[in-house]
Amino acid sequence: MATDPGSLINWSLLALDPPGWGGVLLGGLLNSIKIAVGGYALGLTLGTGGAFGKLYGGPVLKDLLEVYTTLVRAIPELVLILLLYYAGTDLLNQLMSAIGYGPVDISGLAAGIFVIGVVQGAYSTEVLRGAIKAVPAGQIEAARAFGMSPAQIMRRVTLPAMLPHAIPGLSNLWLIATKDTALLAVVGFSELTLVTRQAAGSTKAYLLFFCAAGALYLTLTLVSNVIIRIIEARARRGMVATA
Amino acid sequence: MMSEGSTIDAMALTELPNRQSFFKPHRIALMAIAAIMVFCVVWFMRWDWVPEYGGRLLSGVGVTLLMLFSTCILGFLFALPIGLVQVTGPWPLKMLAKGFCTIIRGTPLLLQLWLLYYGLGSLFPQFPAIRDSFLWPYLREAWPYGLAALTISFAAYEGEVMRGAFAGVPAGELEAARAYGMSRWKVFRRIWLPRAIHRALPTLNGETVLQLKSTPLVATITVIDVYAVISKIRQMTYLTYEPLLLLALIYLCLTAILVVGFRYLENKIPTRGA
Repeated sequence: MATDPGSLINWSLLALDPPGWGGVLLGGLLNSIKIAVGGYALGLTLGTGGAFGKLYGGPVLKDLLEVYTTLVRAIPELVLILLLYYAGTDLLNQLMSAIGYGPVDISGLAAGIFVIGVVQGAYSTEVLRGAIKAVPAGQIEAARAFGMSPAQIMRRVTLPAMLPHAIPGLSNLWLIATKDTALLAVVGFSELTLVTRQAAGSTKAYLLFFCAAGALYLTLTLVSNVIIRIIEARARRGMVATA
Repeated sequence: MMSEGSTIDAMALTELPNRQSFFKPHRIALMAIAAIMVFCVVWFMRWDWVPEYGGRLLSGVGVTLLMLFSTCILGFLFALPIGLVQVTGPWPLKMLAKGFCTIIRGTPLLLQLWLLYYGLGSLFPQFPAIRDSFLWPYLREAWPYGLAALTISFAAYEGEVMRGAFAGVPAGELEAARAYGMSRWKVFRRIWLPRAIHRALPTLNGETVLQLKSTPLVATITVIDVYAVISKIRQMTYLTYEPLLLLALIYLCLTAILVVGFRYLENKIPTRGA
């Protein structure tokens, strides 16, 4: 590789074409974003169900959800990711062989989305529960007085009314989801952090690659912040400005 | 950001489930099922390795706790000036502190850790001045990099909290202090700092639990904390689940101890209203 001996930093390592590693890094970033989006969506689904279950569910359901959120919030994400990654793939394989199919090869992407989703589910359960509790009880009672079914109340009143309260917390969770994808490097999924380490290891330009990956993560965060601000302004329209 | 505290609460366990009316009929049934599950786990899985590695596990827990408390204390000390200059500092310092917080909070901790350990760690040996200095024996080991990364991360997150705490001290209190003829430094030392720390205390519980949840990352740069000990056990015994379950239990207990300890401390500090 032609390098200029005078320069301290060999920028050609970041070139997009194969001698450089830029394309590999961008591929890793794409994988990270895919997992973050998938895990966040799964987490929101789990969180919505969990929040409604925790507030309106039966005693057994409430207790089980409490155990779920307590465990996830008390155990490090790294440990949860290892446990869910191995246990999840193992269980699925046993299930498949019990049904009569051979062992399936679970893609790292699906496993990663599952793992991040379960972790995010517990966090968003707590965020959404707080937001739902911020909806004035009178509004929900009024909806009930109109004869709406619980599903209708949820769709027409509770979810839209709680959204402005939930958005700051949910946007923080999105940022956490993008950063938590880095932990999947430990189980060997080739997202941005792991490919960065591979690139750095094979070229010995550690500082350059880690700084480049940091810049990519930071860009992701800053772009997300801009989009979040737009969404928040839209969700809060018509509300009295606080502070 | 208004929601900072609530997000921390959503992510970190800051209160234990309350004990009132604990023994309801359905709870007894649930606990019986849980007891059966625990019994199955103890009976059908292999736990004969625990006594053999008990000592190493204890020392691993010690390293984890040492990392946790040293980085929390150091990070909090750094967070004070970071929060303060964002409220009153001249604009270059303000921008610097703000940029620091944005960069650290916008990138994953694992990446920062690897940047310090592999990046700086590979850069240092190229400078003879560093290799000859008294610091070199420490810089060749892994733990200073783990300590630095965790401290920086805690300082950035807590600095954001401190900024809000400094800004939220009622202006009337500071004006009253100035009216008594206190100098700027005296106002800061007697009124502003204690009141800001008082306001920031409720978030410390959550931040500390979050920090505990970040400590296992240092195992990826060969610091032998409890996570690294468990990884070693998994390699040597070829067991997949048992060590991980024990690890989860250990972290669960550590979190519970932290939460109980913080509740004890919070009860010691007089508060009025919120």
